[in-house]
Amino acid sequence: MSVPFLLFFVCGVLAVTGALLLIWAKEPIHSALSLVLVMVSLAVLYLLLGAPFIAAIQIIVYAGAIMVLFVFVIMLLNAGAEEHTDFSRLAKYIGLPLGVILIFWAAYWLLRSPAGGGGVTGGLIAGPDSTQRLSKQLFQQFLFPFEATSILILIAILGALVLARKQE
Amino acid sequence: MSVVPISYYLVLSGVLFGLGVIAFVYKRNVITIFMSIELMLNAVNLAFVTFARAHNQVDGLVFVFFVIVVAAAEAAVGLAVVIMLSQNRQSLSIERINHLKL
Amino acid sequence: MPILHHLWIILALPLAGSAVNGLFGKRWSQPAVNSVAVGSVTLGLLSVFELVREFSQLSPDQLPFVGNYFTWMVAGPFRVDFALQVDQLTLVMLLVVSFVGWLIHIYSTGYMAHEGGYYRFFSYLNLFMFFMLTLVMAANLIVMFVGWEGVGLCSYLLIGFWFLKKSAADAGKKAFITTRIGDYGFTVGVLLTFATFGSIDFGTIFKSVASNPISETTLTAISILLFTGAVGKSAQLPLYVWLPDAMEGPTPVSALIHAATMVTAGVYMVARMNPLFSRAPMAMLVVAIVGAITAFYSATIGLLQTDIKRVLAYSTVSQLGYMFLACGVGSYSAGIFHLMTHAFFKALLFLAAGSVIHAVGGEQDMMKMGGLRQKIPITYWTMLIATLAIAGIPGFAGFFSKDEILEAAGAGPRANFLLWLLGIVGAGLTSFYMFRLIFLTFFGTPRYDEQHVHVHESPRNMTIPLTILAFCSIFGGWFAAPHLVGGTEYFQRFLAPVFSMYAPQPTTPQAASLAGNPESGMAHNPALELAHAILSWPVGVAIAGFLLAWWLYIRNPDAPKRLAASVRGLYSLVFHKYYVDEIYSALIVRPLLWISTNVFWHAIDEGLIDGVVNGSARAARAAGGRARELQSGNTRSYASWVLVGVLGFTVLLLALYLRGAQ
Repeated sequence: MSVPFLLFFVCGVLAVTGALLLIWAKEPIHSALSLVLVMVSLAVLYLLLGAPFIAAIQIIVYAGAIMVLFVFVIMLLNAGAEEHTDFSRLAKYIGLPLGVILIFWAAYWLLRSPAGGGGVTGGLIAGPDSTQRLSKQLFQQFLFPFEATSILILIAILGALVLARKQE
Repeated sequence: MSVVPISYYLVLSGVLFGLGVIAFVYKRNVITIFMSIELMLNAVNLAFVTFARAHNQVDGLVFVFFVIVVAAAEAAVGLAVVIMLSQNRQSLSIERINHLKL
Repeated sequence: MPILHHLWIILALPLAGSAVNGLFGKRWSQPAVNSVAVGSVTLGLLSVFELVREFSQLSPDQLPFVGNYFTWMVAGPFRVDFALQVDQLTLVMLLVVSFVGWLIHIYSTGYMAHEGGYYRFFSYLNLFMFFMLTLVMAANLIVMFVGWEGVGLCSYLLIGFWFLKKSAADAGKKAFITTRIGDYGFTVGVLLTFATFGSIDFGTIFKSVASNPISETTLTAISILLFTGAVGKSAQLPLYVWLPDAMEGPTPVSALIHAATMVTAGVYMVARMNPLFSRAPMAMLVVAIVGAITAFYSATIGLLQTDIKRVLAYSTVSQLGYMFLACGVGSYSAGIFHLMTHAFFKALLFLAAGSVIHAVGGEQDMMKMGGLRQKIPITYWTMLIATLAIAGIPGFAGFFSKDEILEAAGAGPRANFLLWLLGIVGAGLTSFYMFRLIFLTFFGTPRYDEQHVHVHESPRNMTIPLTILAFCSIFGGWFAAPHLVGGTEYFQRFLAPVFSMYAPQPTTPQAASLAGNPESGMAHNPALELAHAILSWPVGVAIAGFLLAWWLYIRNPDAPKRLAASVRGLYSLVFHKYYVDEIYSALIVRPLLWISTNVFWHAIDEGLIDGVVNGSARAARAAGGRARELQSGNTRSYASWVLVGVLGFTVLLLALYLRGAQ
């Protein structure tokens, strides 16, 4: 059992556990923290896959900003345990079983996927200077979407400001 | 030297996605449902990175980058909406937000 | 002005009169309506006279003269032009229709003077003239059918003129529906004609049937089908039941439509289609049999009726039977001759009856009349003349025509003793019931309330037409008198080309000598002696009928009652018109009504069609209601549906991919 494999296994188990905890937890804050766990393990997996920049972005933005935002809101709203309300019959009898089926289905077919031939060799994606290449792509080929997303973030800020304002 | 086959990563991605779906359908709290959406997005990110690895292209990473950015924006606005909703209805249960019905 | 080249003017005049009166006449005074209505018919009559003059200058090979005015419809090989034609037969019919129609229009100005809806009456009457003229001038079966249906429409409108009276409205419906049955057969006949000859134009059909051998079965079928239309329109057995009820209409209507013109359309049609009929002996036999039986049967009913107009109605049915009998034994000109004389004296009878009714203040039951002879002399004398004519007393018009028919039935090329016998007995019965009518109405002691009914002669605009028609009833037959009684047979010779142009070649020498060739009677052959012997029979039965009526109604006025009491069952049967109306009602009308109501209305219309339509609406609403519940506002169920969709889509894609990979 090599290190990458072991690392993959551990992180995978951690991620799945986090997801399961997210489902199982009764308090939303617990769900938020398990989500953070998932994200961190995913970051390690990104590193394994040779995408250090993405791993860093994941930690900084996703786990560090988005999840913090989630936690802030949970605390702000003092979200407690969920109240017991009636389950939609459709969701209960069709949605959940289908969700489970989806997991097994996806697992089965993805396992058989032809892309599974090659393994993950060591090294970074597209060579030793993967971050450099990535940024080259971002600023040359994907410049417009890049700038557009900055506007998107601006809009999001404005929207959040307006929406969450206290109504006079 | 045993390597981790690509398909294993994909399976993990699929499992995480399915769990996110189950969480979406099962949980009652709006914020938790939002978090399940984030979980699903993460699973997809993993798949993208895996494929970038498999084909040795950085394009997949670019997409992941954008997904993260958009997820951030979406989380911001969405949580603002959640705050508004909770102020209106004094409840965070999704069962209470059912007024768009016939 | 060359009318020949503008035949449509003859049609346009009454149509214009009808339209003007119909659209504007409501606010006009009676004289104004009169001038439009009578004026248009007068102009029409003058046009017909002019047409006669121009016609006499045509040479025989220009006949029939056809005027093709526009192409009406073309559908592949089916082509109908609005074409009018003129030949000798058309001319005779035009003269009869226009002349008698003109007289009746004048009479109506007096008769209808106190009635409401004056303008409407004349509008309908003019419209009738238009359609009748279209019928007789048509150059093809479809234009003729336009006239055929049109006169039926006007008959319905005029019978039901007083439409607020239920019996009148019902009578109008009965007339239209009964003739419709015949018209159905007629239509099928027209279709069969087109299928056989590829055209519905008379010229084309007749030329074709004369030169090509068409199967006799087909011709028989066509002829019989066309004849069913005549059975309906001309009130023969079994479709005669509408004519007595049609007496609900005003008397001028009865005179014009149900005596002189519309009901004779069937006879005209048979005469017009003689090339087909002559080649289908079976059809001719059917025509003759139906005519003879109807003539006899209807005369028996007329014996006991008490309504003056009903007697005349059954008499009309009977006389029409004689016309068909004539055509059926091959003597078409005799049939048309009788048509003409019948138009004169039957119109006169009806108009005079109208005058009588007008005189006694609306009473139509003869049992409540009597002794009117001195009080309304003009009416009496004209009606007497008409009675003498219809009875077949020598010297009057009806004698010549009826005599010629009976001669053809008894001694002609297609003679049949039984038919002749029915005709002779019918003639005797005719004489009897007509004189019965005269005696009951004009003789004897008055049976009406002399204090309250002020009997007065009719005004001049009613009595003058009576006089003119009486004149025609006497002298109208002279110029067609058969050779056998010393006449010149001008009429038959005039009409002969119409019936000989496409006639089949006769097969026996005797047939050749007598078929359509009136002058053959000149030769002294055994047929002539036989004809002379037959000749005495019609006169004999006519006189016998007169004597019997005199005996029963003048000499021994109580005798009829005793006679009736002694044969009570038979009397009741005949008095109730053999219960035919009741039989029809029970066998045909009521079952049809039941089917209409229960099957078509309730079961099919309400149950099936409404059920399907309403049911589909209900189903749509139910489905919509269910589908509506999808939008529950419940996010989780939405998510579940999305999941269902995603999974389904994935399966689909996978299946496609795998199939493609194979």
